[in-house]
Amino acid sequence: MSDSVQLARFGMTDLEVRHALDRLNVRDVDYADLYFESRVSESVSMEEGIVKRAAKSISQGVGVRATAGEKTGFAYSDELTKKDLEIAADTARYIANSPKGDRGLPVPVQRRPTKDLYPIERAKAEVATADRVALLNAIDAEARRYDPRIKNVLASFNTEYKVVVVATSDGTLIGDVQPLSRLQVTCIAEENGNRQVGSFGGGGRVGFKFYHDEERYIEYAREAAREAILNLSAVDAPAGVMPVVLGGGWPGILLHEAIGHGLEADFNRKKTSAFSSLIGKRVASDVCTIVDDGTLPFRRGSLNMDDEGTPTGRTVLIEKGILRGYITDKLNARLMGIPLTGNGRRESYQSVVLPRMTNTFMLAGESDPAEILKSVKRGLYAVTFGGGQVDITSGKFVFSASEAYLIEDGKITKPVKGATLIGNGPEILTKVSMVGHDLKLDNGIGTCGKDGQSVPVGVGLPTLKIDEITVGGTQR
Amino acid sequence: MSDTLQQTNGYAQLAADVLARAKACGATEADIVVADGETFSVQVRVGVVDRLSKAREKRLGLRVFVGKRSACTSTSDFSIESLHRLVDETCTLAKAVVADEVSGLPDASQMAAAWPDLDLYDSTKLNPDHQIELAKRAEAAAMAADQRITNSEGADFDSSSGRVVLGNSHGFIGEYRSSSFSLAVSPIATDPASGGMQRDSWYEVQRKFLKLSTPESIGQEAARRTLRRLGGRKVATKRVPVIFDQETAGSLLGNLCSAVSGYGLYKRASFLLDQLGNRIASDLITVYDDGRMFGGLGSRPFDGEGLATRKNTIVERGVLKSYLLDTYSGKKLGLASTGNASRSVGESPSVGPTNFYLVPGSKSPQEMIASVKDGLYVTELIGFGINMVTGDYSRGACGYWIENGELAYPVEEITIAGNLKQMFQDIEMVGNDLVFRSRVASPTLKLAELMVAGN
Repeated sequence: MSDSVQLARFGMTDLEVRHALDRLNVRDVDYADLYFESRVSESVSMEEGIVKRAAKSISQGVGVRATAGEKTGFAYSDELTKKDLEIAADTARYIANSPKGDRGLPVPVQRRPTKDLYPIERAKAEVATADRVALLNAIDAEARRYDPRIKNVLASFNTEYKVVVVATSDGTLIGDVQPLSRLQVTCIAEENGNRQVGSFGGGGRVGFKFYHDEERYIEYAREAAREAILNLSAVDAPAGVMPVVLGGGWPGILLHEAIGHGLEADFNRKKTSAFSSLIGKRVASDVCTIVDDGTLPFRRGSLNMDDEGTPTGRTVLIEKGILRGYITDKLNARLMGIPLTGNGRRESYQSVVLPRMTNTFMLAGESDPAEILKSVKRGLYAVTFGGGQVDITSGKFVFSASEAYLIEDGKITKPVKGATLIGNGPEILTKVSMVGHDLKLDNGIGTCGKDGQSVPVGVGLPTLKIDEITVGGTQR
Repeated sequence: MSDTLQQTNGYAQLAADVLARAKACGATEADIVVADGETFSVQVRVGVVDRLSKAREKRLGLRVFVGKRSACTSTSDFSIESLHRLVDETCTLAKAVVADEVSGLPDASQMAAAWPDLDLYDSTKLNPDHQIELAKRAEAAAMAADQRITNSEGADFDSSSGRVVLGNSHGFIGEYRSSSFSLAVSPIATDPASGGMQRDSWYEVQRKFLKLSTPESIGQEAARRTLRRLGGRKVATKRVPVIFDQETAGSLLGNLCSAVSGYGLYKRASFLLDQLGNRIASDLITVYDDGRMFGGLGSRPFDGEGLATRKNTIVERGVLKSYLLDTYSGKKLGLASTGNASRSVGESPSVGPTNFYLVPGSKSPQEMIASVKDGLYVTELIGFGINMVTGDYSRGACGYWIENGELAYPVEEITIAGNLKQMFQDIEMVGNDLVFRSRVASPTLKLAELMVAGN
């Protein structure tokens, strides 16, 4: 970020913002903030060998919030005038239902984030449509070259350029520019009436050059094609309890679903999480140490500051198997009296702040990945996954493999069709017996949904072995 | 809302101005969508207000064609200079993509000419305290239902109303209003023996406020569904008959709905490819998509391209009769649109259901359960283990185990797996209990056999 982001960008003055915050300063309101956001999203997509769609969307608005005890009042507007701010503020403070407060608010001081994790000049983020089209054409050609059985290639390139300014009743005025992009490839392979699909993609808070560096776009095309071709020969997946080896990187979705959501502070404050009373207790085997880290440069889940203006950080969730901490936003940190971790996030100015993950991963262990596979007599080796979901309260979670193999006598044998894995969050990591030394972060494709809000996230995992988990295939 | 609704003529004029500007920029055809609306939401938790939220928004989406090239844009900024800039950018964007021979607006002769009032709008305005009161009553009813209900994720009451205006360069201009009122409750129960917790929920959505059931009945149903999950256990891995309750049968029908969508079909990404006219399901299965049901949650007078909606027969006694199509996907498949263009502001049309439902059969859910000696009654599905290209299906499930025709005990942490192609053929009983709780609705369904994975 080259200059600090100013309110002027939103046609507002410091004085107008102070006035709005002051309007929210009624007795019983503990905290209030204004979140200004402008976002430009662009996408191009191709199918059947032609880039046939291009789209661009522009949105701008302000979210106004006040909290009083456990209560939150919230309103938003896509009009940025003094009058609209006042209406929104009056709605937000309705929850407090109390007279004007007598304490003065600190004067907001303009600050800049202390770090710059995604230094991309605007000029570099802007790419000519023709260049995007050329990238997708090259991907289509590469995937079809990989194997003539690839019959269709669906590819899309999406970028987002978001500018935010947060003004808070605790005296912060801070802005950030948050670029984000993603390239996604899906291939459909056909052979004698058997049709299969393969997908691959990546991205992050990166510029267009990222996709050309190390010929990543070529890798994406080949990987999507390879998975589709591989699945042509996949056999039905087994059903029942068995050992499962997870590959590195994206299979870290296990951590996100099995424990990550359960450690978000809101569920724990309300005591609705299966992890509610487990701080200091063993929830994983001692080879497991898991962190949430929003400070990794250029990563999809990273942020210089969260959406309340708090610097992001690295939070140890599980240390050698012991549950250490929750991830928090201001409301829940205050109500629970626990540290603020910089995890207050929102999808847009139209949504409320919730404690959310950033990049969640397990630290590398000491095992050789080859030894991990060798230790399994009969089981599943799962290397790519689709989505996952968790029931926070019961702790039950699922995640679905899209590329997996049978392990027989320590060797990878046949590819198997995708299958859902199901387990219990507070238990599953106690069954992790080996963790590889090969920690890998995912390629930057994750989107997490909670309360109807989507935010970009990252995950990571070394190769690891779960001694037993239920695999939802169709074969005994 | 009233002040923005007065602007109807303003939006029609706005649409005409933008379309004229697009033409001046070189667009050969164009269409425009304007949507605005207002939502007020309250959430109470354990008897106190947790969150109040008020939203007003408006968006404009523009699609232009320059010959056979097209692009879409959208904005929330309706100022003249901003809209003019948007039109220019859209035309520039369209010129940068590749010509697509089948692209274009529907033929002018296909545009809806007149439409009935489908009774989708209720002007009732609830004040915040009234909404809070209704949510509190629903949650209180759930909390009071049983001592084992110990906590709550809260009760939500949302009311919203909005308007859609669609216009195109054929001169079509259409508008309709709609509203919705919803109440949802999510109680948490604790097992006194194990200390384990379970959460479930119940909700209702209606276009008319007065059609909502009492808050008490919604809260009590939420409590009943939560309590019945306590003490859930895993079961042995085996192949058994499976009954899907209304909610999970609706999810299964949703998978069929995706598989007959024109976009998946022309991309060769559906397991129902090339099946028109073929038997794809048991002969007990008849499915309609009806865009003209009065007060329906999925009803709309015209679709996202301005074509009249209608009632389509999708499956008749097991035979696939029609796909769901808009103009583009129809042309790709050599077929006419079925009036199912669905439009998000700022995106080109896709295909969506209106009121997509499976015609009820004659069996009561009790009779269906009584027909199973050893099997599963599914009440919830989680995860995304569905491959639309192959039909492979593997999802997390919970529900009840059926022993000798009766619900015996709750089960959890299991999966059910099969292939959708076979699963629709294997439906051997259809319940008599169809209720339109959402735009895709099914009665209870019984499948001959699925693999259940547990211990």
